[in-house]
Amino acid sequence: MSNLTAEETFVRLDNVTLEYQHEGQAVRAVEDVSLTVRRGEFVVVAGPSGCGKTTLLKVLAGLVVPGNGSASVGNVQVRGPQKNVGMAFQNPILLPWRKVMDNVLLPLEVVAPHKGRFRRHRSEYVAQARELLASVGLEGFDDRHPWQISGGQQQRASLCRALIHNPEILLLDEPFGALDAFTREELWQVLQALWMQRRFTVLLVTHDLREAVFLADTVYVMSTRPGRIVSRTAVDVPRPRTLEDTFSAQFTETYHEIRRQIGEVLGR
Amino acid sequence: MKRTSLLTEWLPPLVVIVSAFAIWEAGVALLRVPEFILPGPSAVWVALVKWREAIWFNASQTLYTTLVGFAMALAGGMGLGLAIGYSTLVYRALYPLLVAFNSVPKAAIVPVLVIWFGIGTVPAILTAFLISFFPIVVNVATGLATMEPELQDVLRSLGASKREIFMKVGIPRSLPYFFASLKVSVTLAFVGAVISETVAANKGIGYLMIAASSRFEVPLVFAGLIVVAAMGVALFAFFAVIEHRLTGWAYRGPALTV
Repeated sequence: MSNLTAEETFVRLDNVTLEYQHEGQAVRAVEDVSLTVRRGEFVVVAGPSGCGKTTLLKVLAGLVVPGNGSASVGNVQVRGPQKNVGMAFQNPILLPWRKVMDNVLLPLEVVAPHKGRFRRHRSEYVAQARELLASVGLEGFDDRHPWQISGGQQQRASLCRALIHNPEILLLDEPFGALDAFTREELWQVLQALWMQRRFTVLLVTHDLREAVFLADTVYVMSTRPGRIVSRTAVDVPRPRTLEDTFSAQFTETYHEIRRQIGEVLGR
Repeated sequence: MKRTSLLTEWLPPLVVIVSAFAIWEAGVALLRVPEFILPGPSAVWVALVKWREAIWFNASQTLYTTLVGFAMALAGGMGLGLAIGYSTLVYRALYPLLVAFNSVPKAAIVPVLVIWFGIGTVPAILTAFLISFFPIVVNVATGLATMEPELQDVLRSLGASKREIFMKVGIPRSLPYFFASLKVSVTLAFVGAVISETVAANKGIGYLMIAASSRFEVPLVFAGLIVVAAMGVALFAFFAVIEHRLTGWAYRGPALTV
């Protein structure tokens, strides 16, 4: 980690430890986690389920405050909700009473500075949303209700909702975990294309290591609870990566390396 | 296509109702049951026609007390449900009292209401209100309580206030629960009004039935029962249609294309 200079670092976690109360007992979710992310970097945190990956995202989004250590974005310490982040989860959680377009526009109704000008400049925002929807292959789906589109399409819309306010950081919590294998691989490519075009900073947590290697510039592996960072691996497979690349020697080597690290974490 | 679906939808209940009446009529006739114990449907029908003006007058009184009580329950139940769903403090403070209150049989409250407000319209309205507002409170509060935590995270991370999340997500989300509770609670309100009328009233369909039974006008009692049942079904159906119209998105069925 020391090969990065301070200026390059955009997001950093310093010795973050976080406990929460469960049935009267303190459960340590993450322990002494430090990591740094450069602006525009695609970072994947991989680890077994229940290792506190989600907690890290919440710390970065400013939704929970770590008991020890600190998080900072752009050299400013995170103390409350970060308006420059977009989030998406395994469950697309679109609002069923809103059409796809209105779901995508939802963040603009609550986030500054857009919420003040949303009503007057609605058509402008709708145009942006259309463009974004088209870029994930949802052209012409504006007027559908969420239940009228497939799970993969819902997840695409959820991605658009996370990106509509042009956040600098995108936090993704196993976003493709509930999809079938083919849809998942397709969405890897959609996400990669979006990222290459817009160059936001991404933190994605997953337990799918092929996904991790396909998408990441850097993969951090976390241990079982309490979650600690056990390794950091740079993925040098050139972009844009294709599904064909997942069979290349370089890809499989990296994959095996990370799989081995996970194996050590799990003790098997 | 449409014809057959209409047929399959309406035919079975129609057959059941008609055969029930037929069995009832035949049973009464074959067993020679006296009219003052169980009148047949034809005798009930005769009573219905004969007393139609009295029935109409009393039924409209009951409809009036039901709807006024129900309207109060709507306002009170929605308000209290939102308050309980919005604030854990309000929830903790009020919930035990609400449950205790709901456990009291409302028929037992009617005499108290009579002492306070005298015999007549007010106790019926209040009984209708008391019996029907609890399901509305619970449903609205449930709708708010089942909001997905991830969705709150998405909005909170954007800096949305609790009030904004409540307005944008909480209230729309609780609407299907609210409308689903209406058809249940309007029937309860109706039951409450009729109970109160049978105990302490000088008009209303409940009063009519009590008066008729004290004069051994048993066919009229049964005519009253039929009217009560018909009104209950009508109120239920009315609010079921409203529910479907207003929160169709919650059903996700093909009916949405209508």
